[in-house]
Amino acid sequence: MNGGLKTVGNGGQMSDVWRMIGRRLLFGCLTLFVISVVIFGATELLPGDLARQLLGQSATPETLAALREQLGLNAPAPLRYWNWLTAALHGDFGVSMANKRPIADLVSARLGNTLFLALYAAALAVPLALILGVLAALWRNSWFDRAANSLALTSISFPEFFVAYILVLWLAQSGLFPSMVRITPGTTFGARLYMSFLPALTLTLVVTAHMMRMTRAAIINLLASPYIEMARLKGMSPLRVILRHAVPNALAPIINVVALNLAYLITGVVVVEVVFVYPGLGQLMVDAVTNRDIAVVQAVALIFASAYVLLNLIADVLSTVTNPRLMHQR
Amino acid sequence: MKVLLVVIAAVAFALALGWVFRAAAWRLAPKRHTLVFRDMPLTAAFGMAVILIYVVVALFAPVLAPFAEREVVGGQYLPWAAPYLLGTDNLGRDMLTRLIYGARNTVGIAFATTALAFVVGSILGIWAAVLGGWADQALSRFVDALMAIPALIFSLLLLTIFGTSITTLILVIAAVDATRVYRLARSVAQGIVVMDYIEAARLRGEGMWRLIRREILPNAMAPLVAEFGLRFCFVFLAISALSFLGLGIKPPTADWGSMVRENATLITFGDVTPLLPAGAIALLTVAVNFVVDWQLHRASGLKE
Amino acid sequence: MTKLILPHAVTRRGLLKGAAAVGAAGLLLPGSMGSARAEPKKGGVFRVGIGHGSTTDGYDPAVWDNLYAQTFAAARHNQLIEVGADGNLVPEIAESWESSDAKTWVFKIRQGVSFHSGKTVTIDDVIASINHHLGEKSTSAAKPYLEPIADMKADGQNLVVTLKAPNADFPYIMSDYHLPIMPATDGKIDPTSSDGCGPYIVESYEPGVQATLNRNANYWKTDRAHFDQVVVLVILDSAARLNALMTGEVDAIDQVEPSTIPMLESRGVANIVSVSGNAHYCFPMDARAAPFSDNNVRLALKYAFDRQELVDKILNGHGSVSNDNPIGPASRYFFKDMEPKGYDPDKAKSFLKKAGMDNLEVTLVAADAAFAGAVDAAVLISEKAAAAGITITVDRAPNDAYWDNVWLKKPFCASYWGGRAVEDQMFSVAYTKGAAWNESYWDNARFEELLVAARSELDEAKRREMYYEMQKIVSFEGSTIIPMYNNYVMGLSKKLATPEKVASDWNLDGFRCVERWWFT
Repeated sequence: MNGGLKTVGNGGQMSDVWRMIGRRLLFGCLTLFVISVVIFGATELLPGDLARQLLGQSATPETLAALREQLGLNAPAPLRYWNWLTAALHGDFGVSMANKRPIADLVSARLGNTLFLALYAAALAVPLALILGVLAALWRNSWFDRAANSLALTSISFPEFFVAYILVLWLAQSGLFPSMVRITPGTTFGARLYMSFLPALTLTLVVTAHMMRMTRAAIINLLASPYIEMARLKGMSPLRVILRHAVPNALAPIINVVALNLAYLITGVVVVEVVFVYPGLGQLMVDAVTNRDIAVVQAVALIFASAYVLLNLIADVLSTVTNPRLMHQR
Repeated sequence: MKVLLVVIAAVAFALALGWVFRAAAWRLAPKRHTLVFRDMPLTAAFGMAVILIYVVVALFAPVLAPFAEREVVGGQYLPWAAPYLLGTDNLGRDMLTRLIYGARNTVGIAFATTALAFVVGSILGIWAAVLGGWADQALSRFVDALMAIPALIFSLLLLTIFGTSITTLILVIAAVDATRVYRLARSVAQGIVVMDYIEAARLRGEGMWRLIRREILPNAMAPLVAEFGLRFCFVFLAISALSFLGLGIKPPTADWGSMVRENATLITFGDVTPLLPAGAIALLTVAVNFVVDWQLHRASGLKE
Repeated sequence: MTKLILPHAVTRRGLLKGAAAVGAAGLLLPGSMGSARAEPKKGGVFRVGIGHGSTTDGYDPAVWDNLYAQTFAAARHNQLIEVGADGNLVPEIAESWESSDAKTWVFKIRQGVSFHSGKTVTIDDVIASINHHLGEKSTSAAKPYLEPIADMKADGQNLVVTLKAPNADFPYIMSDYHLPIMPATDGKIDPTSSDGCGPYIVESYEPGVQATLNRNANYWKTDRAHFDQVVVLVILDSAARLNALMTGEVDAIDQVEPSTIPMLESRGVANIVSVSGNAHYCFPMDARAAPFSDNNVRLALKYAFDRQELVDKILNGHGSVSNDNPIGPASRYFFKDMEPKGYDPDKAKSFLKKAGMDNLEVTLVAADAAFAGAVDAAVLISEKAAAAGITITVDRAPNDAYWDNVWLKKPFCASYWGGRAVEDQMFSVAYTKGAAWNESYWDNARFEELLVAARSELDEAKRREMYYEMQKIVSFEGSTIIPMYNNYVMGLSKKLATPEKVASDWNLDGFRCVERWWFT
């Protein structure tokens, strides 16, 4: 699988890669800044504000005005953004405006939960997708290929909550697995794996098809190339041809899709969190948006964005490193 | 046991449908396409047959549907019996009618959205890859910034700000999807622009548009087509998720994504009603991707 | 099997002294629960899954606004007065109360009650707890209710409240859930503290996820709070709540989705408790804006609603038809025999004609944020109204910020009310001119006059007459269409037992399930 990596040879090329990483990290910081502006602006554009949301149906003009004053919502938007930015640059993300809890407290436990679930699902989905993808390419157009494809496609054409309900119907109502996740500080790792199995399985079903199909397509796309033809003529076994010669050159699109899906596992699982009552960042973000609690929205959005930027950076570095032609560009 | 029988029956029916379609297509097609259709695998034939049926249903929905789209015909959740062949939904509307109209609304919207996302995303992506340098960096970092915002939250923000008409829905989902297509197209094209023949084409002095259209696009087509098949069904899911937040297609318009959402709780009790619209989406997804696979295979130039 | 008994009016006795009664909604519990009703047993861990709650929730009583916050509060706090399951006011921290003129009220504070921290509950704590909601800087949701208070002072261990105008129903206001008694230092309560004098002590709380509480060994009510531990969980998704109940991961859930009730019943794994109260779903029309400014148009619309169908399909029968009357069947002065408005397209047409119209086109804005099934209800209404020559275009609005963008802003939209314990409160809050939540901007001189008069009228029969007339005015001249009263529907594990009567004032036994229920 890592035949491509061996092509990275002398230090000159590696220093190119380092320079690229440095540049991308710099851009990453810029991206985070742009996102914080976009999110702040968009939240400002949304109708209503924190005071209105907190008071809900019970708001009266007087209580609204008083609460806005208390929360400091009367200051002009650019000033509030500036205050947030300067504090954030000093590492102080402030407190949730809605319930005055420090954001670091609110976020840290949930970030752990989110990463745990994402890694759990990735550990199931990525190997599964790659193996199925390679096998489907190997036995292309066979019954195995068709069946694996149909199943994978069916599983992603159902909405996440629907997949989750079906899994609960089959696996939780019979008592095999719990239908909801209750993580307390005393939960052991094993118990955690067991309790989080259904959400992880749901996510696996949701992301596997995409990665599997891209693996298959990228490999098949290369099979007609002359060098593959040559390898086959030399009498190499089909599996060996694919693993030695096709996969290394097909890695770029595969890595990209894997990175996209990993980012999704971290940032986009709010529906699964809701169905399995999993205390992750997605629900925190939705609650914060609904309540217009900008400090929390910003903190979570930046975490999501950092995860995304880092994963993409890794994907780009890996695709560069594994593609000799890109290494020698110009 | 019963499930197994149903699966076998369904597969047999699918094969038969594929076979009939292939036979018909092969004989009806113009001479120069005859070979293409004759050698088409059964799965692809099945896929095309299903797509054709969906298109026909979508086009002739008012003729085919036994009742009007929004008509309340009776009680809730009536059993599967004439005159309501698939029973009624949570408001007492005929399920079959809703499914038929759903084909028209959902497939139309999904197709428009995906096509838009691909045209915009792939052209920009390839263009950025060919251009390289600062323009590429600027565009890519901007797209990265947009993609780093979770899609559902981003759509929620945009739709709340711009309203929820069908046009805005299409534009918003397409915009979100286009960023994903852009990234893929760019990364695929990056692998191609360093090839010798592109270098040669550049030296020949070919213009940007011609370079993209004649040299890069054909070689980047395979992963893009594969992606198209998937993105297409992600649109249904996006609509379904948005209707979860009260932002999807407005009622009483029938669409499958919202229909799944409306009846989803029933699946908890093993009721099959919500499987109908979900199944309709799944069937179309599988069908589209079977055809995509076939085209991929043809494009790869492999003989076996 | 669920049987419902329609609420009946209870004679009001001793309004001005001791405990007053409101009409009560009762219910018969499923057979297995009703028959062998043994003495409550102690012990067990009670887990309740609630379809509300957000990561932004907190301890401050001024901002509690959802069932999660309310139930969690009832588990750790006491108030001055509790509303009993039968609708009677029950003494809690106020041992008794009285007034000679309905203007000056004296509440006697119970002695020997202590907070979780060990501090004794004093009159200063009580005053500070109420003052938390008053004052210019206050943002409390209870501020408007407490507005009538002119003065509040301690007299030994008695709390003396003087009102700006007489109000015979004032003790009900003191039963509001925003008014828990919390410990004060220097005349101020600490709104970030969990300390209270209620049945359970907070062990841990993660907003939007769960709270764990242990029994307060020193709780002054010896016949209440039967569980050793209580876990209050947030489960927002209705299917997830059902699953948690069916797999035994929780013992009780609120808000069972109406369409799933028959199936849950047939599973036989849980009991359904369905309580009819004063809660109602409604569709306010802006009385200032054409065409709704014409009462004939409003009446035409009222007769174009198929109320029974809405009760059948939106509530799945767990509710009852309302005659555009915000006063529910659980109220003391509910006007039961008011002339009903059936679905009558011809009558609707004739009212349209009176308004000088042949047909009518209006837009109805709805979102499920207004109430579960609001969009479906709007679609059904629109279908049925077509027969009367009325075209109702349904416009679904986003759930997000519905109360900001639509409610009080669009001329015709969906809304709901949790129902209020007293008629005066319901009318004052939503039907008087200039009231902040007068969602229909309706304004009727005769109605206002009656409302003020009834507030201080001490003669039972005359007061009843007045409330009947007010209900009639609201129903036939009002600008709010109220097609149905919705029940509170809960799912309970078979192991769980409840008292004979489950309260109808709020969901989950008036939030008090944690201290009223027990395991068999």
